[in-house]
Amino acid sequence: MKYRDIREISMNFIPIAAFLLALLIGAIMIAFLGVNPLVAYHALLNGAFGSINALADTVVKATPLLFVGLGICIAFRAGVLNIGGEGQLVVGALSATIICLVFPNLTGWILILIALFFGFLGGAIWAGIAGFLKAYFNVNEILSTIMLNYIAVYGMNYLLRGPIMDPLQVKLGSFIPQTARLSQAVDLPRFIPTRLHLGTIIAIFFAILVYIFLWRTTIGFRIRMIGQNIQASRASGINVQKYMVLAFFLSGALVGLGGAIEVIGVHHRMFTDGSATGFTGSAGFNGIVAALFGQLHPIGTIPASLLLGALLTGANKMQRVVQVPSALIGALNGLIVIFVVGSEYLRRRQTRRVERIMKVEHNSKNKNKKEDK
Amino acid sequence: MKKDISKITNLTKVEKLEMRGIVKQFPGVLANDRIDFDVRAGEVHTLLGENGAGKSTLMKILYGIYHQDKGEIYVNEKLVNIRSPLDAIRLGIGMVHQHFMLVPTLTVAENVALGLRSSRKYLLDLDVVSERIRELAKDHGLYVDPEAKVWQLSVGEQQRVEIIKILYRGASLLILDEPTAVLTPQEVEELFRVLRSMVKRGYTIIFISHKLREVLSLSNRITILRDGHVVKTLPTAEATQEKLARLMVGREVLLQVEHPSVKLGRATLVLEGIWVQGDEGLPALRGIDLEVRSGEILGIAGVSGNGQSELAEVIAGLRKPTKGKVYIKGTEVTNWAPSQLLEYGLSYIPEERIRDGIVQEFTVEENLILKDHIHQPYANGIFMNFKNIARESERLISDFDIRTPSRYTSLKSLSGGNIQKLILARELSRKPGVLIASQPTRGLDVSATEYVHRQLIEQRTKLKTATLLISDDLDEILSLADRIAVIYEGKIMGVVKRNEVSVGELGMMMGGVHKDKIK
Repeated sequence: MKYRDIREISMNFIPIAAFLLALLIGAIMIAFLGVNPLVAYHALLNGAFGSINALADTVVKATPLLFVGLGICIAFRAGVLNIGGEGQLVVGALSATIICLVFPNLTGWILILIALFFGFLGGAIWAGIAGFLKAYFNVNEILSTIMLNYIAVYGMNYLLRGPIMDPLQVKLGSFIPQTARLSQAVDLPRFIPTRLHLGTIIAIFFAILVYIFLWRTTIGFRIRMIGQNIQASRASGINVQKYMVLAFFLSGALVGLGGAIEVIGVHHRMFTDGSATGFTGSAGFNGIVAALFGQLHPIGTIPASLLLGALLTGANKMQRVVQVPSALIGALNGLIVIFVVGSEYLRRRQTRRVERIMKVEHNSKNKNKKEDK
Repeated sequence: MKKDISKITNLTKVEKLEMRGIVKQFPGVLANDRIDFDVRAGEVHTLLGENGAGKSTLMKILYGIYHQDKGEIYVNEKLVNIRSPLDAIRLGIGMVHQHFMLVPTLTVAENVALGLRSSRKYLLDLDVVSERIRELAKDHGLYVDPEAKVWQLSVGEQQRVEIIKILYRGASLLILDEPTAVLTPQEVEELFRVLRSMVKRGYTIIFISHKLREVLSLSNRITILRDGHVVKTLPTAEATQEKLARLMVGREVLLQVEHPSVKLGRATLVLEGIWVQGDEGLPALRGIDLEVRSGEILGIAGVSGNGQSELAEVIAGLRKPTKGKVYIKGTEVTNWAPSQLLEYGLSYIPEERIRDGIVQEFTVEENLILKDHIHQPYANGIFMNFKNIARESERLISDFDIRTPSRYTSLKSLSGGNIQKLILARELSRKPGVLIASQPTRGLDVSATEYVHRQLIEQRTKLKTATLLISDDLDEILSLADRIAVIYEGKIMGVVKRNEVSVGELGMMMGGVHKDKIK
């Protein structure tokens, strides 16, 4: 009995152990660059949590990760892989930006709500395309979501260099591909003097909402069911195609919402450096890591996003203090992804083992019961 | 450290095998408790026991997959230490697993040659292997084409390949783990014929099973295990089905269910000229006409693969008929979606219960509401009502005697019998007008089978459910069905009353002779 409990509890620490292992290997890499890893990691920690401002930056960085992570939770729970977070972030952000540019004079709160709604809808439709293709034409969703990423980015580049480019840029002749600053009325309230904004609260609110949705509603039940066993779902009278599209739709919606919040909470305009990362900071991919790290549970994704946010913020500081090349940060990030995703496999195997033990124990218990009679 | 199986030619024959005082402890359970077991050349010794009695553990110890905590194994009076399957093979022990260990895309010869060293060093010697397979096949009557791809073979043929594989490696003691679970009655007969002739030539066979009739027909001696220890070892001559069942389960078991007569109602399920396409694109059903009346069980007998699965799926709405009509309670329901059929009072116990019947990762409670979770009392609007779900699932767990640590346990931790009880609980508690029960006891042990049978009869008798029972097990059909329809290549060869037909006649119909042609 005790043995089993320890096993079960220890399972939850596997991703954390994987994370620490990744940091250890990172340390070796840093040492090879002739920098004391302790100093480097101290700078990282300091950069992420060292001051109120650092902490606030960490949370700001974590917010889009959480939105993406929540979207990923829904998709993965439905058994589909949404790798298109980048594209959905961009489309969500663009939708929100355009609506704000079209109606600059609306009252702040109403415009904020409209902007958020358009972000939600933009991401939903973008992911919904992949969902529709998967459900009705059996198009591989990994391919389609990645392709949609490219379409989103080039669409963004076109819009920002043309139709919605800041008129000032045109007038000055500098042609920086960005929109005008959005009306201050749509700025999300901030916790001055930090950069922390209301979006974080919205994200946490949605995390709870997603939890309730997946585990307390019949629709969530069905989404989780198709994720686990399509045949049994069909035999239980579920329209599998419909729920697959719905899962994609909601998944993209949350990511798109995250994109909209990045615009009205942080940047207050849309800009591009030609790639998706310029705007998203790879949140569309890092959010997947956050979700996996959080065991595909919306509540678990909250601390997981925070951790990754801290890493991203702290990495900047580390780069400045100990002068390691920025590529190292990317490598460190990649290491963490590989280790955490890899540990998922280990955890699953462990779960199976525990379940087998439970089965054996349980059978023996039944036998005792029988003999008692 | 590379061990080489091909060096082990000319193995000494196993004349006598003895396992003495074998103990194996798993966390929380004593799987084998001081087991003594022996077998001699030229005999079939059956290990009989319910699921979890310790049969498989004992055999895995013999085959080197597990290692015993205590106890010794003697081969030909010599103490041996079996550390791995390779050690076992070296001693001339071979095992046919319940789930085949074959590569479907390779040929028979390639599968047999896998893991063996070629006689031509770096070049393949598949022609030599094929030749040897043909010899073995001829010697033992295990006919199979060495050049055929494994995926093209029937289950029975694949099993022959497994046997050839171990014979090829020189085994003289064969362990067969529930070999008949996947076979049709005809294939079972064929297998037994082969095994009997092998035993005559001095091979030794350990047969693991819980099918009493088969055990009695094949074995020389029987050892019964229960809860990890030996209950009794007896010669087959002293055994009867009732005695074996009692020793195995530990109480009296009713092998034949009572079959009270019922006044029949109207034809609740009617099929008219149903044609259906199979997975390969050929018609799997070719003009099926059937009717099942309220209060009766109609058994569908036939060799598996003659359209039974497709028949169940077409009624459950999971496969669209190309021609024909389905009526339930007088309403045409052809092409209805599964959800509509569920609402209209159709329950379905699927043949592939793990694939179609449950969600393994879900809890017992969630699986109990798989079909009705959107209805009162389980849901209010889109929100699930956990209080009612808890109450109802506790009730079903106790009413249907589902052995589970709690209602939160994931189905991965439940035994096959308990999973089937859960499906039964869910499907029968819906009070269906029509019930499709497809292979409802396949792979279940005696107690669970008895339970399922009782439930099906009770459902028919008390609730007058029109039941379509599809089973490969002719004994099951004969004991449960009121009328029997025999299916052959997608056509009904005839419908007969249970007490007006002989097994011989059914056998002929199963072989494709129409009822009218039997004098």
